[in-house]
Amino acid sequence: MTPVTNIKSPQELAELKQKALAAIENGCTRVLVCGGTGCMANGAPAVFEAIQKEMEKQGVKIKVDLLDESKEDAVRLGYSGCPGFCQVGPIVRILPSDTFYIKVSPEDAAEIVEKTVKNGELVTRLLYTEEATGEIFAKRNDIPFYRNQVNIVLAECGIIEPEDIRDYIAKDGYRAAAEALFGLTSDAVITEITESGLRGRGGGGFPTGVKWGFTRKAQNAKKYIVCNADEGDPGAFMDESVMEGNPHALLEGMIIAGYAIGADEGYIYVRAEYPLAIKRLKTAIAQAEAANLLGNNILGGPFSFNIHIKEGAGAFVCGEETALIASIEGQRGMPRPKPPFPANSGLWGKPTVVNNVETFANVPKIILNGAQWFRGFGVEKSPGTKVFAITGAVKNTGLIEVPMGTTLGDVVFKIGGGLRTGRDFKAVQIGGPSGGCLTKEHLDLPLDYDSLKAVGAMVGSGGLVVTDEDTCMVEFARFFMQFTQKESCGKCVLCREGTKRMLEILTKIVEGRAKLEDIDLLEEVATAVRDGSLCGLGKTAPNPVLSTLRHFRDEYLAHVVDGKCPAGECQSFKTYIINPEKCKGCGLCAKKCPAGAISGELRQPHTIDPEKCIKCGVCYDVCRLGAVEL
Amino acid sequence: MDKQNEGYVIVDGVKTPIDGKKNLLEVIRASGVDLPTFCYHSELSVYGACRMCIAEIEGRGIQPTCSTPPVDGMVVHTNTETTMRIRRMALELMLANHHGNCQTCDKNTHCRLQELAERLGVKKIRFEDKADDVLPIDNANQSIVRDPNKCILCGDCVRMCKEVQGIGVLDFAGRGSNARVTPAFGKPLNKVECVFCGQCASICPTGALTVKTQIDEVWNAIHDKDKTVIVQIAPAVRAALAMEYGLGHGEQAMAKAITALRRIGFDKVYDTSFTADLTTVEEATEFLGRVAKGEKLPQFTSCCPAWVKFAEQFYSDYLPNLSTCKSPQQMFGTLVKKHLSEELSVPRENIFVVSVMPCTAKKFEAKRPEFSVNGDPDVNVVLSSQELIKMIGQAGLQLRELPPGSMDLPFGFKTGAGVIFGASGGVAEAVLRLAAGGEGNNGQNLQFQEVRGLEGIKEASVMLGDKELKLAVVSGLANARTILEKIKSGEAYYDIVEVMACRGGCIGGGGQPLPNDMPAREIRKEMLYDCDAVQSLHNAADNPYVKECYEKLLEKPNSHIAHELLHTAYCARRRIDGEPVELTPVQAEEKIPVSVCIGTNCYLRGSYDTLKQLIELSKKAGIADKLDFKATFCFEKCMQSPNVQVGDKIHGGITPDKVEEFFNLTIKPLVESEATKVEA
Repeated sequence: MTPVTNIKSPQELAELKQKALAAIENGCTRVLVCGGTGCMANGAPAVFEAIQKEMEKQGVKIKVDLLDESKEDAVRLGYSGCPGFCQVGPIVRILPSDTFYIKVSPEDAAEIVEKTVKNGELVTRLLYTEEATGEIFAKRNDIPFYRNQVNIVLAECGIIEPEDIRDYIAKDGYRAAAEALFGLTSDAVITEITESGLRGRGGGGFPTGVKWGFTRKAQNAKKYIVCNADEGDPGAFMDESVMEGNPHALLEGMIIAGYAIGADEGYIYVRAEYPLAIKRLKTAIAQAEAANLLGNNILGGPFSFNIHIKEGAGAFVCGEETALIASIEGQRGMPRPKPPFPANSGLWGKPTVVNNVETFANVPKIILNGAQWFRGFGVEKSPGTKVFAITGAVKNTGLIEVPMGTTLGDVVFKIGGGLRTGRDFKAVQIGGPSGGCLTKEHLDLPLDYDSLKAVGAMVGSGGLVVTDEDTCMVEFARFFMQFTQKESCGKCVLCREGTKRMLEILTKIVEGRAKLEDIDLLEEVATAVRDGSLCGLGKTAPNPVLSTLRHFRDEYLAHVVDGKCPAGECQSFKTYIINPEKCKGCGLCAKKCPAGAISGELRQPHTIDPEKCIKCGVCYDVCRLGAVEL
Repeated sequence: MDKQNEGYVIVDGVKTPIDGKKNLLEVIRASGVDLPTFCYHSELSVYGACRMCIAEIEGRGIQPTCSTPPVDGMVVHTNTETTMRIRRMALELMLANHHGNCQTCDKNTHCRLQELAERLGVKKIRFEDKADDVLPIDNANQSIVRDPNKCILCGDCVRMCKEVQGIGVLDFAGRGSNARVTPAFGKPLNKVECVFCGQCASICPTGALTVKTQIDEVWNAIHDKDKTVIVQIAPAVRAALAMEYGLGHGEQAMAKAITALRRIGFDKVYDTSFTADLTTVEEATEFLGRVAKGEKLPQFTSCCPAWVKFAEQFYSDYLPNLSTCKSPQQMFGTLVKKHLSEELSVPRENIFVVSVMPCTAKKFEAKRPEFSVNGDPDVNVVLSSQELIKMIGQAGLQLRELPPGSMDLPFGFKTGAGVIFGASGGVAEAVLRLAAGGEGNNGQNLQFQEVRGLEGIKEASVMLGDKELKLAVVSGLANARTILEKIKSGEAYYDIVEVMACRGGCIGGGGQPLPNDMPAREIRKEMLYDCDAVQSLHNAADNPYVKECYEKLLEKPNSHIAHELLHTAYCARRRIDGEPVELTPVQAEEKIPVSVCIGTNCYLRGSYDTLKQLIELSKKAGIADKLDFKATFCFEKCMQSPNVQVGDKIHGGITPDKVEEFFNLTIKPLVESEATKVEA
């Protein structure tokens, strides 16, 4: 691929955009294999290779370089970013027809090339079929999962090739930066962002423009922009997808932020567990530097901005901004009390703006389309969209982007497709381990910062874990507490010791060893940790406990008072018995029992010694006669 | 106008002036409410971890007051239902995780955790029993015992060591409930760069860091009929005793302590101030000699063993600048063993010298191998002031009620100059008194106010005849670092630099009783200058017994015999013990070991490049398989760094530009001669 080098002015950028756009929209077929981490792990590289081989075999000309004029009529084959629907990967998308193939394997390559690439026909068995109705969808945008989404941040993910800067430029990439740097004052940029009402997408929801304003006002010759890409919630990959699928959007957002506050240097703090994101970011930075869109005298103007990548070791607490800053500085990742806020004293004591990936990715769109356009999405106090990672018991798991204020019910049932398990919806954990749970009564709740805060939950970075009625909420809270307890940095007493003790009590409850006063003690610890901890991680760590206690207190009581787990999940409350009427004495269960708890004569009904039984359920699983009962 | 420093805060309804205080906690305390904390100390950075100093600020909710700047008009409530609940919970959580039996703990009755549990009324621990995984206790060194099971992770020691002492021996490791305070790689303190100043133990609110107790060794010696047991008491101890026993004057406390020591069973009671006078004479003479020759200036003092170890580890370039004088403690040990064994005809090994010091590093100093004769140490046991107080208690002596006693002669006689050694600036002032006044200015109390006080860095210039002398007086090793870096860069010039490891000097030593904070040090400092004031002599050179010492034994200051007995030498010292890193896989064939030091000193002078070049050169010469390369961490020869060891010989000064020459002249011939040997 010939690199884009030294774009000398906004004018030259505009010319390149026209050229690249024309090359993309030349009517020729384009094959995009999803290159997100999920699909890559699911075999996308093999699919890509197979399609490439098939195209060569079947004589289809392949265009690798977008601006290769000798191959005007060739088919462009490439990797895209993640289109979000990870459940059905590997995904292959064919443009301009927008054919959307799911669960593609290398064996499908020949047919895809033969039918779709060469002749524009559909391979029906690879199309998405709605299970309930049997309806088949050929185009991406018709699929219910996508139909109900609004994509701003993810708009280009899955359409552009993240490793080719020209794809981004063709989609108006870096035009916002050019307009800001050459047409707007720093104050005007901040005003635009403030008026758009954009709030921090990392969880806190602090108004981005206001934060920039504080940092701009701070007196210091040196300032920094820091991108928090330390996405740590289990199951969340919103930021990862943006970095993998559209890394230049992040860079552009940071450049604009740098211009706005007067910083000439930026850091992206990204966890080392995101190797693909790091690779694509590095490629993007190198390309942007070569193109004069990053570095000294961007586009020939007076503004200079450099971006460095700092790989973190993946500590959850390093998502907290002061801990993140400490980690970049080479210190142990521990939060410190605020004030002073990073806006006044951040990285190396200099005024610093810390925003997350999704926040920065919104910025170029706002500059291009204006604050009012952005306010057209979402609700008044939470404009714009939010990307959520939906997982758990729903049919469609993956990444979704919806306007702020979309109801929980719409997300779970319209986009998520309802519950996969066929059981009833019970609750959803929103905002990761620091978030809270929402129940049936919240299905009409609009998902935005303030509505969620009012019910004791939070947007967080956007994790959504859906559970059905088979989930024990005490165990559910325990699961998240295990996570936060391990990830506490250990600095402040309440979080370090409090999470340990909450986990201890929760374990006692699910193991049937708790007394009634333990529930009170649990609540007392949780409240103290919430009210008194040093940082956001500590203050929110008890949320899973407090919100399950609020909504499912009867489940807690059932464990402690009645000695029962209503959801039937907690092993300790299960008693396995062998129904002598059904048991034929085959001895299989006795053979498989790891605890040696089952005994009996051959061809005679067996019995389980409850003293020895460890309630693992192996006997239940192996009995062909259904003689083992709960 | 800076609103943060002026105006008023309403603390529980009481209008309290901010009065320039830098945080809300200080304002609240000024209002009469002693909000508790574990991790706030005015001399350290704000940490905000213990959550005890929280208060409810109207409009801002619950905030730690230590990290909140006071703002005019702020309305604060300290003891609301919520704040009390959180405080108690935090304390209960700490106690639930705290191993240790108060009765047998060294910090019993001085423990902040114990005190606050009582104060806040935490009477019951409702959590499951403490973790049964007991962590190992580090008591491998002479000075400090570290019991991580009692640690509440307030980080006071971490910040003390890093911020005040500029070292950073201790830091956090592990996450969540596995978080620990530990030296590097979990090594014991005697295997890392700890200088044993004991400031960590002074600031530790619990029994996690304590002064190592050697009281029983002293009792054993006293109970041993064959031993003549001698005790010397350092200048700063008297101030600690006066405070501990509520006696107004250091000399009064000292006089009663003399009686106590005799009743405990010591055969002779002496004053380290005597050898402080001797040190002054030796050190001043040494200094004037250096000035005359114009070499090895500035001269650094060498009384403080923590500073000496610090210099050996971090500033080996400046070791020639350290005064070669032994510390007063060690001069005393040498003299008293020699003198008494001759005078009383007691074999040297039956004279048991105990010193009572404000210091934990003195325990380390006494064990330095150069301070013993045929395995018999000059000073047998060093007790801290804390231990002396415990020992007096063990003997059941009511110190306040005891009649005054007086020191034995000759080593119990001192001038005021010897007494002020215990405060930062004292050594410098003693030298100045001698240098400025000369011998025989009896009674004329020369005072040098500019070197007195608790500030960490003090500078002064004094006219000595027609020559202007520039002095720096430093306490706190971080300040020593600052001054040394300035000297190194040429930003500052001094003729003489006094360094004491602990802020304020020995009065704030790590062995002093608690509290050992800055206000306590201020009181002790004043007491020492009061002690100086009541002495009849103030110039070390006027001490008649020092003079006698020279007449009978030492001939004259810096004489050959004085050098032999009273002076010492220093050596570069590694900071951490570690195994060398194997760089080339070992094969069965005999190889010549080549070890390149990549410790800090050598590294800074390019040893890493030296190592890379050596490996390259050996590959080019085709003899890489004959050499076994290792990266090591310190040969303790930092002054000639970078160091390369070939076989068993250490070669110094192998900078990257000299590598090729060194390789051709030393390594290659060696490999060739080995090869011919094998063939033969």
